[in-house]
Amino acid sequence: MRGRNLERISFFAVFLGLPLALYVFFVVSPILQAFYYSLTDWSGYDANPGFIGMTNYANLLHDNLFWTALRNNAVLAVVLPVVTIVLALALATLVTVGGSSRGQTRGVTGAGVYRVVSFFPYTIPAIVTGILWQQVYSPQGGLLNGFLSAIGFDNLANTPWLGDPHLALGAIIVAIVWSFVGFYMVLFVAAIKGIPAEIYEASRLDGAGSLRTAVQITVPLIRDNINTAVVYMAILGLDAFTYMAILAPTGGPNNQALVVTQYLYSNFTTAKYGYAIAMGVVLALVTLLVSIGVLVSSRKQEVEL
Amino acid sequence: MSQPANRGDRRVSVASHTVLTLWALAVVLPLAWTFFSSLKDSRSINISPFALPQVWRWDNYVRAWNTIGVARYLGNTVIVVGTALVLVMILGAMTAYVLARFRFRGNAFIYYLILLGNTFPIFLAVVPLFFVLKNSGLLGTYQGLILVYVAYAYPFTVFFLHSFFKTLSQEIYEAAQVDGAGDWRTFFQVMLPMAKPGLASVAIFNFLGLWNQYLLPTVLNPNKNMYVLSQGLYSMASQQGYNVDYGGLFAAVVITIAPVLLAYVIFQRQLQGGVSAGTMK
Repeated sequence: MRGRNLERISFFAVFLGLPLALYVFFVVSPILQAFYYSLTDWSGYDANPGFIGMTNYANLLHDNLFWTALRNNAVLAVVLPVVTIVLALALATLVTVGGSSRGQTRGVTGAGVYRVVSFFPYTIPAIVTGILWQQVYSPQGGLLNGFLSAIGFDNLANTPWLGDPHLALGAIIVAIVWSFVGFYMVLFVAAIKGIPAEIYEASRLDGAGSLRTAVQITVPLIRDNINTAVVYMAILGLDAFTYMAILAPTGGPNNQALVVTQYLYSNFTTAKYGYAIAMGVVLALVTLLVSIGVLVSSRKQEVEL
Repeated sequence: MSQPANRGDRRVSVASHTVLTLWALAVVLPLAWTFFSSLKDSRSINISPFALPQVWRWDNYVRAWNTIGVARYLGNTVIVVGTALVLVMILGAMTAYVLARFRFRGNAFIYYLILLGNTFPIFLAVVPLFFVLKNSGLLGTYQGLILVYVAYAYPFTVFFLHSFFKTLSQEIYEAAQVDGAGDWRTFFQVMLPMAKPGLASVAIFNFLGLWNQYLLPTVLNPNKNMYVLSQGLYSMASQQGYNVDYGGLFAAVVITIAPVLLAYVIFQRQLQGGVSAGTMK
């Protein structure tokens, strides 16, 4: 039995000890350090940064640029989930139950093609999506302005979509929505297919129209999937770093598309480490609150049902 | 049984097709435009976005591949993402297996510690992480980037494989034990092959996640010769002025998009099963 024991020790060391050591070294320890260093004036390559308590956080409160960035993140965290999910849900409904209802309730013909095509953007890395839309929006020969002038909107065809402070954030939202709708559509299609067909039959016999069926039957039955989507898209809205790096370098026109992650990164590159880390802590707390908030509100909804 | 389709039904069907077709066009047109632009010279991209290429400039691809350095960036990406993917699948499966199948003190604590890493955004850790790598001499090395990729994909991997290993049959495990297989052999020869469907979905997600990664290499991989694709493309697209090689840029974008898109189209049946299985528990 001695050999068995030795084997088990080596087994645990390699199966649990090794990966955990890696995880603690690269993930847990930087997170713990972050909480400490956010209370210091760490900058430059100072080996012993001074402890300054909550000063960084107090400075954040008075930093207009930080509030601008946080406001833009809030817009993204609300608009991205709403628009993405409404679109994805509408498309998923059309694909699964939007067909001619001769006989059984069913989807449109060629549903598979629509589903496969919609998923294309999800296979593209975020930075490449950014580059693609940077070119689509380009005032010199971009696809969008070319399209607008082709259909007769010549007065709009010179719009600098990413250069106009009123338009930049909206234009970026369109790009991000474009890349995620198909993914959530595929998830919702799978969820809707899990709903027994009889429920839709019954609803139709009761004379419910398509829209009412979608809102009153589909949505409550796939609520879990929708909540997951809300959390993921809201978290994406609180990050958005990669898209902004291309579509709104240095925060876009008048910082109208500046996000916290970008501001954090620029403080990091100018060696204001303590301040940058404090922003990271705030961002992490906001992210946690949003996730918990969605979770709690979804529990409440379940009780009401 | 079949009833005649009434006019309302047909109207719904036509409306559905119209909306879905418009959406499909919104997806496909930018991609098609990118492809055609990748075959034009930079000047005609700027002048007439809709015209088909007059001369098909395949040399854009040659320039993207060699001069712009897509070949090198792609090579770096394959090394880093490939190695990290293999490592994180092995290490993640091992941890998930131990936590799902063995009862010992601290099991729940370790599980929640790992979940925690899935909860916090990377931005919380990124500045200290930079110095962790710098101080251990791993900054700007393949090994450093690979280990970081492994560590950050690890919580997700453990989380999903944990529930998968829980569902595997206890009898087969016991049978292997009775046959005298040790812990190592039981895992590699009995349990791991049974977990293949779960491993496949998690591997697809990890691949897309690591292939997509931009923040970590930007902070931790400053050496231009070691850039991964996302960094290389960024540095190219963020150049300003009149000397941007748009033809080459579009070609580089197509080279980046095409392999994964083609793989998706070929394997989409298996993949979509994996997507819903992976995200829905």
